[in-house]
Amino acid sequence: MKVVWRLTLLVGLLLIAVLTGIRVGAVGLTASDIIGAFTGHASDASQAIVLGLRAPRVALAALCGATLALSGGTCQALLRNPLADPYILGISSGAAVGAVGAVVLGHDNLPVWVLPVAAFAGSLAALALVLRVATITGEALDSRILILAGVVVAAFGNAIVLLFLTFADAESFRSAMFWMMGSLAGATWPRVATLGLPLVASSVVLFAYARSLDALAIGDTTAAALGVPVERTKRICFILASLLAAVSVSVSGVVGFVGLVTPHAVRLLWGSDHRFLLPAAALLGASFLVFADLGARSLARGTELPLGVVTAIVGVPFFVMLLRRRDA
Amino acid sequence: MREPAWTLSDVNFRHPRGQADAVSQVSAALGDAGLTAIVGPNGAGKSTLAHLLAGLLTPTRGTIMLHGRNVSAWPRVEMARTVGFVAQGEDGVFPVTARQLVAMGRMPYLGPWRRAERVDDERVMQALADVGATQFAERQMHTLSGGERQRVRVARALAQDAALLLLDEPTASLDVRYEVELFHLLRTLADAGVRVVVITHNLSLAAHLADRVLLMARGAALALGSPADVLTSAALSDAYAWPVEVVSFRTPQHGVVPLVIPRVPVRA
Repeated sequence: MKVVWRLTLLVGLLLIAVLTGIRVGAVGLTASDIIGAFTGHASDASQAIVLGLRAPRVALAALCGATLALSGGTCQALLRNPLADPYILGISSGAAVGAVGAVVLGHDNLPVWVLPVAAFAGSLAALALVLRVATITGEALDSRILILAGVVVAAFGNAIVLLFLTFADAESFRSAMFWMMGSLAGATWPRVATLGLPLVASSVVLFAYARSLDALAIGDTTAAALGVPVERTKRICFILASLLAAVSVSVSGVVGFVGLVTPHAVRLLWGSDHRFLLPAAALLGASFLVFADLGARSLARGTELPLGVVTAIVGVPFFVMLLRRRDA
Repeated sequence: MREPAWTLSDVNFRHPRGQADAVSQVSAALGDAGLTAIVGPNGAGKSTLAHLLAGLLTPTRGTIMLHGRNVSAWPRVEMARTVGFVAQGEDGVFPVTARQLVAMGRMPYLGPWRRAERVDDERVMQALADVGATQFAERQMHTLSGGERQRVRVARALAQDAALLLLDEPTASLDVRYEVELFHLLRTLADAGVRVVVITHNLSLAAHLADRVLLMARGAALALGSPADVLTSAALSDAYAWPVEVVSFRTPQHGVVPLVIPRVPVRA
């Protein structure tokens, strides 16, 4: 299948996901309600639901999925490790320390912006710590040492989160747990912009490094011999991928599985040329998370499921199917 | 013999926090012949020297000039268009086909944005044909044999259009057939005008096929010259700290072939 067709297919899938995501919910909407809401010809109620609630939520889900998939695909190539995900450099545990710390230590009437900012600050601190630990032993960024540093910092962060939770009351405990499993319930247009702008900017930069990522996935020496400035490229791509994950965590909590598995799905279907893989994984991740979020808010009546739970429950069987298909 | 590509003067290299120099006081002219073999015991500094020649490491002391310009002053991309490097133990974790791997050899010409054009595709197919890999061009690398994989990696270096080719133990872990095939390929490339520098532990093949041999031990260049001059029992026994015999063996097809035989302890 030609590249253009594959991308068209993925864009089509995303369109279907977005439309379904806006249409389905506690209040049923028709296609004309949705079109009307965007053109200003709908009732105030459906306008409020579409523009105020569902559209920002669907947009945030799409951007979040795209961000995590892009970040995950980049990390896997840089670390030459299929198990790498956007959170591998300690981003999620750092964010969790910030967010849970804010929930547990803060008062009940915390301003809404405090939690994302605390999460973002926490993940930046974790990233800085990981890069510091990884470069103590030598000046070059060694993949194995980076992974170890990420694991160590994550363990440290998790311990602090558990420490916070030990002293948390029932209500804070619940909201902290919910945050750690990811949720798009707080979607607003400002949050969409917060994630969208860095995503667009970093996509351009990461795409420019796509060929270098192909070579780095083979080996550092080979990449250098092919003209890639290895150290600089790795540093820039790591920091960008991690910042993307950090922004996404700050707006939606820790959504697992998308960043790990979406790039693999693209690899299994169409190979690992990063000039195709990065945009394709971003599109697929976006569609996947929109559907997953739809499941999270509509599968259980009267309550919302944690997004991370849905991504894993829906994603694992799908991924196993892909693996089987490849073996066949 | 041509003008040497590399001129090394008093080159030293010590790894960061290393205890001793991995390469010490090497002065030599390399790449003046079609096929140059670098031989020597493990830890002799052969691989480090190859990395220094390709500009992948910078000497801690001394200078390496490539075509009259200090290697450390070469921009990476320009170096990639001049020197092809096949590293040791290269192993990607994600699926790529042989053709995709060879296509990476065009990276120094494409930069981040340009799409591969017809000339690039043709160069890739030509490189695959040069190493005899056309028939498995579309196969995944991990489904190929070790020898086939190495030929594909050589093809990638050829696709770089580099006039100089450095290979770090390309026949490690290959069986006799693949080893001979790969050396034959390198000999053919050398005869076609590519200057090949290969690190190898197969002393007999080096003696048989190389135009020049550099013998290294303990970081130093012990001898550089024709195989007959360098690969002597005395020099090899000294380098390997083990008794080594060099004998001439007459074969019906190839005439006199040198054979390098280490002494094997006889069981009591």
